[in-house]
Amino acid sequence: MQKQKIVIVNTGCANISSVRFALERLGVAVEVSDNKSVITSADKVFLPGVGTAAAAMSSIAQKDLVSTLQSLTQPVLGVCLGMQLMVETSAERAQTQSDIECLSLMPGHVARMTAEGQRLPHMGWNTITHSDETLFKGIDQGTYFYFVHSFAVTEYEHTLARCDYGGVFSAAINKDNFFGVQFHPERSGEAGAQLLTNFVNL
Amino acid sequence: MLAKRIIPCLDVRDGKVVKGVQFRNHEIIGDIVPLAEQYAKAGADELVFYDITASSDQRVVDKSWVSRIAQVIDIPFCVAGGIKSVEDAGRILEMGADKISINSPALTNPDLINELHDVYGQQCVVIGIDSFYNNDTNQYEVYKFTGDESRTQQTAWQTLDWVKEVQSRGAGEIVLNCMNQDGVRKGYDVTQLKAVRDVCNIPLIASGGAGEIEHFTQVFQQADVDGALAASVFHKGIIDIDELKAVLVSNDVPMRKRPNFNVVGA
Repeated sequence: MQKQKIVIVNTGCANISSVRFALERLGVAVEVSDNKSVITSADKVFLPGVGTAAAAMSSIAQKDLVSTLQSLTQPVLGVCLGMQLMVETSAERAQTQSDIECLSLMPGHVARMTAEGQRLPHMGWNTITHSDETLFKGIDQGTYFYFVHSFAVTEYEHTLARCDYGGVFSAAINKDNFFGVQFHPERSGEAGAQLLTNFVNL
Repeated sequence: MLAKRIIPCLDVRDGKVVKGVQFRNHEIIGDIVPLAEQYAKAGADELVFYDITASSDQRVVDKSWVSRIAQVIDIPFCVAGGIKSVEDAGRILEMGADKISINSPALTNPDLINELHDVYGQQCVVIGIDSFYNNDTNQYEVYKFTGDESRTQQTAWQTLDWVKEVQSRGAGEIVLNCMNQDGVRKGYDVTQLKAVRDVCNIPLIASGGAGEIEHFTQVFQQADVDGALAASVFHKGIIDIDELKAVLVSNDVPMRKRPNFNVVGA
């Protein structure tokens, strides 16, 4: 797995080093890049992100990477905000704006969590359930992952794993070669390391 | 179910982990990276690094240790101390910290909270509050510059008002340090934390006073905090994290269970 070319898309967001360090701990060499040909020629692509959808999408648009990311055919893993950017639209915006257009790598909409009776942000370790033998291979039902977010994609046809926090939402999504996780595998201990390993081995 | 968090706090001075009593008389405990690694392995859910050097000196402080920690640990961590601007925060986050915690600079310039929220998102903006119970006035008062005794001063804020203010400005989490209890291991200030909990709709972390396992049970059950932070009980080996979590689980406090496997395929 060391021989693969793993690229983290430089979205201009702050958690890039955490994702890079997590992969390096697994013995995988990674490159952080916003260069189109570097991204396109990668074996695996990571799309990280923290902050707001509006800021991240404007950074991606500024780097002229929208069509590059849409045309990828190798496995792509979006992390946290990076996952939210994979669907069509996000409600995480300034109040005067309409919904943010995302990358439309799969259908879906990001909305503020209802989190009935719970506090937001949803911050900390929570359990997931899944029915997947790819990204979640070897990961038990009820395993804890680290979440930090206030917006989410509800459970729908592309849900790969679920989490419940005052209502069920997508902890992971998948369509074709595109995978996204709402939690932070790079900060989720052994379970996160297993998930990252599974992705690299796809 | 969302687990409650156990958060060891490491006070850092000149790149070493230190511990004092009620913010004074610091003794060196050890090197920062191996200690961080040790706590991550011992079952901590999150770590807080509080840079005492930075908050009380004017000089530029070497923060390269943030990056060294990010390289070795696989749980979230927060850096506090000496972050006075959006640029300061950006540097720490880029080095791999998950959250930054602001205390005195937020009191001096409350707009900083809004700016950090807008640039980096609510999820990484933690506000630390040093709160002192004044027996004479029966009030909770907010203090600043507590990292340096000679500069420590009372602010015009009452604690509950400041808690409301920081939330309205976009804070993502509050760490309430109850100064009367700090370092003396007689238990968290459950009364004060309950009062803050009533006006706090974002995650609330209790700090100051942990001495026994029972103190953690009390603060989770009675004040409904989201996490409990402690330093000396962990540094001195008074409380073992696995044992603490087992007791909390038996008292119906939800705790993270770690998976029982070795990563395969790596």
